[in-house]
Amino acid sequence: MRDLPGLPSRRTFLKASAASAAVVGIVAPATADAAPAPAPLADYKPDCLKPTEWAFLMAAVARLIPSEGDGPGAIETRVPVFIDKQLAGDYGKAADWYMAGPWDASADPLRGWQTPLAPLEIYQQAIPLFDDWCKATHGKIFAELDPATQDKALTSLQKNEMKIKPELREFFTILLGNTKEGYFADPMYGGNHGMAAWKYIGFPGARGSYKEWVGKHNVKYPLGPVSISGERG
Amino acid sequence: MARTEKKKNVVLVGFGWTGAILGMELANEGLEILALERGHDQATVPDFQYPNMIDELKYGIRYGMMEKPRNTTVSIRRSLDETALPYRSLGTFLLGTGVGGAGTHWNGLNWRPMLSEYRLKSYATEKFGAGIIPEGMQIQDYPMSYEELEPHFTRFEKVAGISGQAGNVGGKIVEGGNPFEAPRSENYPMPPMPSTWDGVKFRDAAKANGCHPFPSPGGIASKDYVNEYNMQMGPCNHCGFCERYGCYNYSKSSPQTAIIDALKRKKNFEYRVQAEVMRVEMAPDGKTATGVTYIDLTTGEEVFQPADMVILTAFALNNVHLMLLSGIGKPYDPNTGEGVVGRNYAYQMLGGYTMFFKDENFNPFIGTGANGYCIDDYGIDNIDFGKEGFIGGAYWRAGQTNGQPGHSMPLPGDVPSWGAGWKKGIGEWYGHAMSIGAHGSLMSYRDNYLDLDPTYKDRHGRPLMRMTFNWKQNDLKMINFMQTKMKPIVDSMKPTSAQAGFKKEGAMFDVRPYQTTHNTGGTVTGEDPKTSVLNRYLQSWDAHNVFVMGANTFPQNTQYNPTGMVGALAYWAAHHIRKDYLPNPRPLV
Repeated sequence: MRDLPGLPSRRTFLKASAASAAVVGIVAPATADAAPAPAPLADYKPDCLKPTEWAFLMAAVARLIPSEGDGPGAIETRVPVFIDKQLAGDYGKAADWYMAGPWDASADPLRGWQTPLAPLEIYQQAIPLFDDWCKATHGKIFAELDPATQDKALTSLQKNEMKIKPELREFFTILLGNTKEGYFADPMYGGNHGMAAWKYIGFPGARGSYKEWVGKHNVKYPLGPVSISGERG
Repeated sequence: MARTEKKKNVVLVGFGWTGAILGMELANEGLEILALERGHDQATVPDFQYPNMIDELKYGIRYGMMEKPRNTTVSIRRSLDETALPYRSLGTFLLGTGVGGAGTHWNGLNWRPMLSEYRLKSYATEKFGAGIIPEGMQIQDYPMSYEELEPHFTRFEKVAGISGQAGNVGGKIVEGGNPFEAPRSENYPMPPMPSTWDGVKFRDAAKANGCHPFPSPGGIASKDYVNEYNMQMGPCNHCGFCERYGCYNYSKSSPQTAIIDALKRKKNFEYRVQAEVMRVEMAPDGKTATGVTYIDLTTGEEVFQPADMVILTAFALNNVHLMLLSGIGKPYDPNTGEGVVGRNYAYQMLGGYTMFFKDENFNPFIGTGANGYCIDDYGIDNIDFGKEGFIGGAYWRAGQTNGQPGHSMPLPGDVPSWGAGWKKGIGEWYGHAMSIGAHGSLMSYRDNYLDLDPTYKDRHGRPLMRMTFNWKQNDLKMINFMQTKMKPIVDSMKPTSAQAGFKKEGAMFDVRPYQTTHNTGGTVTGEDPKTSVLNRYLQSWDAHNVFVMGANTFPQNTQYNPTGMVGALAYWAAHHIRKDYLPNPRPLV
């Protein structure tokens, strides 16, 4: 696996954990949380998003899945890293999709993706328009608004009160979808850091073996998650 | 100029369930067989290995096992006067690709249709009068009977490795099975799978309400199993990654698990992957096929593959597309009612309730694709079409298939879609929800059909296939009937809250949310060449050495998942090809 920017390399981590195991010895917990402390999100160098887009994304996901209350937020789980990486890859380019014209971007939404733009292009074109709308409506770009006003602005975006052009109308839907994807996907994609979202809801991740539990009815499954790359929570 | 390959006796187009079945049956006749598969090669190891396979983002959300719309898709419109638009990104149905096809990523639910479904038009009109069929509905009978198909259902269930509990063996009702099922000659090859808590709750509530619950029948191994080819299955560990995934545990029935590894050892069988068939080539007199032309996708080279017989064994939609592109049979015209290829496309009508139980733990990640309990009390044989005002029926099932939170996160209606309220909601409700689904029939209609799109082209410059499809009042009435019957059972279970998910009258086809990959019809089997593409042996009326398998042969959709019927029809056709066609190749009807 390629090392993720902003995270210590896996090899460094393995060395570190071997060293600390030697030091801590017998008191090391049997179910060590394998997630290393990542470099601060502020130091992350995006693969494809420009600074203004990154600033918007950091602010938006912090309201879509906020840090307050029980359970981790999108920031602690590093959802912006996930989204940047997805947008830089095949998903962001709509590489798997049928993207030949002619186009009818204002077709009935029930007819699915009909914009000629790929997801990354939608982020790139919609963010400045939404920032302009926030400035005109609330006096500042989105990232600079207070949380309550940000929530209001996101609600307006969801209801399409700014009448964004049809080519960009999927923006809120993919922003929210990508945020939840990053929250719940395996940590190897950059989000769900420390499997924190899985721990919060009680999803055991990639354990994939429950034969003896099928008949244990109405009893909460006791084990925490494991990840595809071998983290244990 | 296409390169010409060495002639084969049989070329199979597509290498999933039906390609594997026909390949094995005809290889056993000593014929030289070639299967051409558009997608990649794939096997349990290394392609479905743990833990890489159980990656929700890659396979469950980005559809890593599916055919990319970039390579193959359809255009869709809801009526004759709408302009079709491409199905650009995946949603309502998921077309597989690669060796094993849809048989690798299915849930495993395996059924035999109810008795009335084989002769639906005759049954409906004999019992309820000719006026029972509404204007525009084009249902018809299968040209073979259940009694004729029965041994082939049994054979498929044994080869595929199906777990279940018989309810009717030779007319004798068996306690604990489905008392309404078509009589079977013997029990399932494996006992039923154990159920999770949600299925058991439904079973008890259904029983208390006078219904007849039985364990869901499915291609998921409940024990160690060896089939007639010495292919082995091991008992399932309920990992909760069936649909959209390949099985890493040799537990889910698939062409790989049941047939392909045995077939690969036969010297007279060959398969080529990354070989996309462009068209079936016809002899100058237009009465027989001479082979197929395909593109080797690794080199871009066009190859002509001569063959004595061509059998289309791809996914339903691809089989119809190839018939249209090859000009075999007259394309259907909904305005005149003439022509047959593309006629009677159908889909599936689904609905259900999701229930929330604050104080109960369902552990939704413990599941299989065919988990839980079913009832057939509202199955099509049990519906009074005259009284209820629709033709159709549904089986119901409760049994969690997965708890993957990225795409399986049912939440009560008052939980917002984002923000602090959403986060609180997922913490409160994940693991505390269950659902009951009604899986209903869908009839065929004059203006639900398939043809070639006038505008959009695929990567080879061929027209995309155009799907004209919308929900019709008959089937919407059917699913609303199911809602009225389901609600009292839901209420009797006393959930903290419940929400209904049933289409309403006037509902339009929405391509965005996943519904089902049960696409049927388009090259239907029948008694009359004016209303069918294939005779009762799935042989083309127009070219006797072309046979077509798949759910595209269904005259209308049944109330069940189609794989059991697809498997039985493949064995039925293979039997008659071996017994009747090979000794004397000709039109069999």
